[in-house]
Amino acid sequence: MKIKNNIAVSENGFVFNPASGESFTTNQVGLEMLNLLRKGTDKEAIIATISEKFDADASLIEHDLNDFSEMLKQYHLHQHEES
Amino acid sequence: MAKLKYERPIIKRLESNMPNKFGMRTEFEPITHLDGVAVSELVAQYGSPLFVLSERKIRNTFQAARQSFESRYPRVQFAWSYKTNYLSAVCNVFHQEGSWAEVVSGFEYDKAIKNGVDGAHIIFNGPDKSEEDLRKATTNNSLIHIDHLDELYMLQDIARETKQRPKVAIRVNMDTGIYPMWDRFGFNYENGQAWDALNKIMFGGQMDLVGLHTHIGTFMLSPNAYAIAASKLANLAQRVQQKYNHEVKYIDMGGGFPSRNTLKGAYLPGIDTNPTIDDFAEAITSALMNSEYRPKTPPLLILETGRALIDEAGSLISTVIANKRLSDGRRSTILDAGVNILFTSFWYDHKITPAQEFTSYTEDTVLYGPLCMNIDVLRENISMPLLNKGDKAVVHHVGAYNMTQWMQFITLRPKVVLIDMDGKSHIIRNNETIESIQNHEETPDHLVHFEL
Repeated sequence: MKIKNNIAVSENGFVFNPASGESFTTNQVGLEMLNLLRKGTDKEAIIATISEKFDADASLIEHDLNDFSEMLKQYHLHQHEES
Repeated sequence: MAKLKYERPIIKRLESNMPNKFGMRTEFEPITHLDGVAVSELVAQYGSPLFVLSERKIRNTFQAARQSFESRYPRVQFAWSYKTNYLSAVCNVFHQEGSWAEVVSGFEYDKAIKNGVDGAHIIFNGPDKSEEDLRKATTNNSLIHIDHLDELYMLQDIARETKQRPKVAIRVNMDTGIYPMWDRFGFNYENGQAWDALNKIMFGGQMDLVGLHTHIGTFMLSPNAYAIAASKLANLAQRVQQKYNHEVKYIDMGGGFPSRNTLKGAYLPGIDTNPTIDDFAEAITSALMNSEYRPKTPPLLILETGRALIDEAGSLISTVIANKRLSDGRRSTILDAGVNILFTSFWYDHKITPAQEFTSYTEDTVLYGPLCMNIDVLRENISMPLLNKGDKAVVHHVGAYNMTQWMQFITLRPKVVLIDMDGKSHIIRNNETIESIQNHEETPDHLVHFEL
């Protein structure tokens, strides 16, 4: 999943969508994931990066990444996949 | 390099308008200990879910309530409402504090006797007293509160036959300006039923009319309703005194005072808005003292308060089974305690607090119980700190009614422990096992075997 290019993300987890005017907050793990998704990092690499930095096993991170991605879709922060 | 503490990722939209139905963040500190005992230790020792009662809280609440009334009125007696929580250990804490027993069934009556309460200190309420119950209560000199005429006639027959004089009161229902009016119990004041019943007792001459009783509702938020009720009972007592030169020895105002819980649909938290025991004490005692009823000795004021004395002493520890995401994006968290053991979640928005450290982030959450039933919802909307599988949460103010109205449905009921005045925990009701259930069943021979 890719994040829309115009989404602004601050260093302390403030997220702004200029298209809708909506703003969001995210926590530290969310911010890491969001930044990796913005760079186009794939799922496996995100899980590896997070598990290297944080004290959690890969299965939990995968579970939470899926959930987090769902929320990004819910808030229309993701890029629509081209068919 | 040490790894950073992991917290599951969340993203939350910032709302600049009115708060949504999930409300604002309410939990700022975890509740890691109950009465000085670590939640994690309690779970390790007794399992989860687990009801925990605080003896200290029960005694403190009781003593404060007694003081509220005794500082305003000379003769006060509390009677512990068994139906609110009839675990023997709980009843006996109240009995040690001086409470009589207030029971509403033959089962509760027998339980009070087994607990060691002498019959003369048992108040027997309720619409369902069998002939056997009434004979027993008469012999034991218990205070029988007559609910309807059929009971009155049955009791008169027993008195005639046994040559004993039952000690009785009548339960009176009345309009106190609140809705709904509980007119299904007792005799109505306004239409003359209550006066009629009192005349029947006095003219019959076979029973001792010792008191008058009312119980106007439950979770009452209007102290003034109690003032009206007390005035009406005092008026009846005065009419009995005038007509028969007979003094009613006690006025029993029943129960119904609210705890600090928040009723569903309430706009503000109960802890901030519900009247206190002092408010009710002021209303009741002022009404009694300002009434025209002037016997030689002021009537004993009896209170059958249940919920307000025990709710805050009870907590329910629960464990997170899973986190899910609902189709509309809401977080849902499944706990291992459901409506089967937390009946009061149908009435209250219970305060629920994580039992371990958490950050400032919250999510709009629906808290579900573990039952495979759609109605098993502990909180429909709550702004909860982030919980992980295996985390513990504490549901507050669950001491009233849950341990009597709980259901053995789908699964088995958990242990109940009491933390004593020294911080030591005791099992006061063991968890059920499959044998607890199966031992009451019988399978006919022809249904024992089958092939699949």
